[in-house]
Amino acid sequence: MENAPLIAFAHVGKSFAGGRGAQAVRAVDDVSLAVAQGEFLAIVGGSGSGKTTLLRLANRLIDADEGRITVEGEDVRAVDPIQLRRRIGYVFQSGGLFPHFSVAGNIGITPKLIGTPPEEISARVDELLDLVRLDRALYRDRFPHELSGGQRQRVGVARALAAKPRIVLMDEPFGALDPLTRDALGDDYRELHRSLGLTTVMITHDMTEALLLADRIAVMRGGKLLAQGTPAELSRSGDAYVGELLRTPRRQAERLNALLPRDGAA
Amino acid sequence: MSFFSDPRWGEAFAHLPDYLGNHVRVSVTALALGLLISLPLALAARNRRAMRGALLGLASIVQTVPGLALLALFYPLLLALAALSLSWIGVGFSAFGFLPAVLALALYSMLPVLRNTITGLGGVDAAILEAAQGVGMTPRQSLFQVELPLALPVMMAGIRTAAVWVIGTATLSTPIGQTSLGNYIFAGLQTQNWVFVLFGCVAAAVLALAVDQLLALIEAGIRHRSRLRAIAGGVGIAALVAATLVPQAARSPSSYIVGAKTFAEQYVLSALIAQRLRAAGFSASSREGLGSNVIFEALSAGDIDVYVDYSGTLWANQFHRTDIKPRGELLTELKTTLARQNITLLGELGFENAYALVMPRKRAEALAIRSIADLAAHARDMSMTADYEFFSRPEWAGLQKAYGLQFRTQRQMQPDFMYAAAASGEVDVIAGYTSDGLIAKYDLVVLDDVRHAIPPYDAIVLLAPKRAMDEALRAALAPLLGRIDIATMREANLRAAGGDGAASPDAVARWLWEKVGK
Repeated sequence: MENAPLIAFAHVGKSFAGGRGAQAVRAVDDVSLAVAQGEFLAIVGGSGSGKTTLLRLANRLIDADEGRITVEGEDVRAVDPIQLRRRIGYVFQSGGLFPHFSVAGNIGITPKLIGTPPEEISARVDELLDLVRLDRALYRDRFPHELSGGQRQRVGVARALAAKPRIVLMDEPFGALDPLTRDALGDDYRELHRSLGLTTVMITHDMTEALLLADRIAVMRGGKLLAQGTPAELSRSGDAYVGELLRTPRRQAERLNALLPRDGAA
Repeated sequence: MSFFSDPRWGEAFAHLPDYLGNHVRVSVTALALGLLISLPLALAARNRRAMRGALLGLASIVQTVPGLALLALFYPLLLALAALSLSWIGVGFSAFGFLPAVLALALYSMLPVLRNTITGLGGVDAAILEAAQGVGMTPRQSLFQVELPLALPVMMAGIRTAAVWVIGTATLSTPIGQTSLGNYIFAGLQTQNWVFVLFGCVAAAVLALAVDQLLALIEAGIRHRSRLRAIAGGVGIAALVAATLVPQAARSPSSYIVGAKTFAEQYVLSALIAQRLRAAGFSASSREGLGSNVIFEALSAGDIDVYVDYSGTLWANQFHRTDIKPRGELLTELKTTLARQNITLLGELGFENAYALVMPRKRAEALAIRSIADLAAHARDMSMTADYEFFSRPEWAGLQKAYGLQFRTQRQMQPDFMYAAAASGEVDVIAGYTSDGLIAKYDLVVLDDVRHAIPPYDAIVLLAPKRAMDEALRAALAPLLGRIDIATMREANLRAAGGDGAASPDAVARWLWEKVGK
């Protein structure tokens, strides 16, 4: 693994104007964070923690006020944001699919914007449908409203991968799904991440999900980065909030262990 | 005679290619212009709150102006612009008919298009917009590939509303000189030809529905990405426009255009003049249902060649004179005044169509009312009804001043219904027209204007400036001058109000010529 990180935030800050007369809200406050190539990083935090803002700063859906963000070694301010977004995959909360495009149209959108020939896009769409385990013949021409939540999110992942990005950003991708689907999709994505050699940054409010999927976890609260590290490193953190976040999965694990004996039929 | 074997259906159908063609042309042009203006404005305003408010406010204000008034306002506006353009760049244009109608209707179409486009674009889910940005779309790609397609159903609903409004309102462009399906309605109302009124309304409704459905087809085509349906709808509209151009191209332009105001007598007289011109070997057509302020300007500008007006009307309305002169003197002075504008007063037809106070004969006799002076004593207990313009005309002010008239109530009514209302006792006194045949029909009596408060209203033939030296035209119309007396005109008007096949202006004009031509 190279030493240079693929994505790096250095003392990044971003404020939003408050409502009428209200004080500006500091959504991201002096955050420094590096994501190495091939790494799967989860950013965990509650609502208003600034985790979504941090993610959007990376592909310039919003611009930072302070600090420096580099992607693949380039300062993002020096890059055309449109080009930047086309080479970074982005999976939106509950899919974000275009309701008037078919599954194939949704998946092929970024290649189409780049100017990839139609035959190539078509072949790529089939390849991606296989990759996210959706039957080509069955789903290719369906519209988003004809899909289940899990299928929609699979299409969302396929769309993010369509232009063969090295980086994928995911905004609470599995949050709205039922536990079984969520589990299956998480595992499937983890496998894609590995086999395609992706670098993934995923946002979640669910520490359990983060622990199960990510190599490393960053915890945010009130715009600040409280802690970062592997699960083992995190568990050694002295921060009270981090400890609180870890308590839930621990307690769940203990109770599940007690309730479901190892030798029992699960 | 059964309803459908009425010969007026045939007559109505004969006008259809002309009226429908003009109606489609003016509506489609107005709608296209309206879209051309509204859509870019809506796009520019969608992210600018202040501009959005101003635009929608302005469009709403336009919408509150009644269609007829909006159309009428564009006429003087364009007239002034045409005069400016002629004096500055030497190029004039006709402020009559097509142009003011298209501009007013286009303005009228803007509100639903603006509002629905802005609402439709504003209603696109923010998450979808972010996704469009996230997958790497430029703002322009996002607009055309995501926002507009998603806003399309709402936008098309606005466009369809606009189309239906424009087609309906276009019937009101008749008085500013644009031939439309409104010609049936205006002519029908004036000559009590209910077949025409019905025909005009149904034709406009069918046209509106047809265009609405074609637009719906285009919308469905775009929405379901069925090129076939979108093309079918587009072809349908193109075919509609093309079909209306065929009769236009096939017909040779008339050399003379005869104007007519919006009442039965005018329809009959313009038909008579057109018949005389054709008899003299010219081609002639009528431009009917023109507003009384529009028709004089149209003659000055040469948009029509000849029409019949009334001396008192020009005196009071066109030249704003409040003094009243004896008949002959007034005519002489009017002739000189008109000549200054290069308009030829060819001569009088022989009858007067003056405003007169009219009431049922029996009631008048019972109250011993013979003149307006007698009426003044009873007026406080009586109701008075007149057409839409009478109470704002100088004649009414003159009457009030001369006789101290004060009625209990005053109201306005479509002239055709006034006489029947007086005969039934629903109103006590009406401001009728002396040449109206209904006076005799309903046994009404004209009260004497003993103090000469109402100016004389001789029917006079006026020629456009460009026809001043047209000897052939003068010769063709000469046999009409001084030949139509009040009794004959009243009978002609009564026939025109007859409500059957013999009542068409053409038929009555032929009868009139039989009477006076020999």
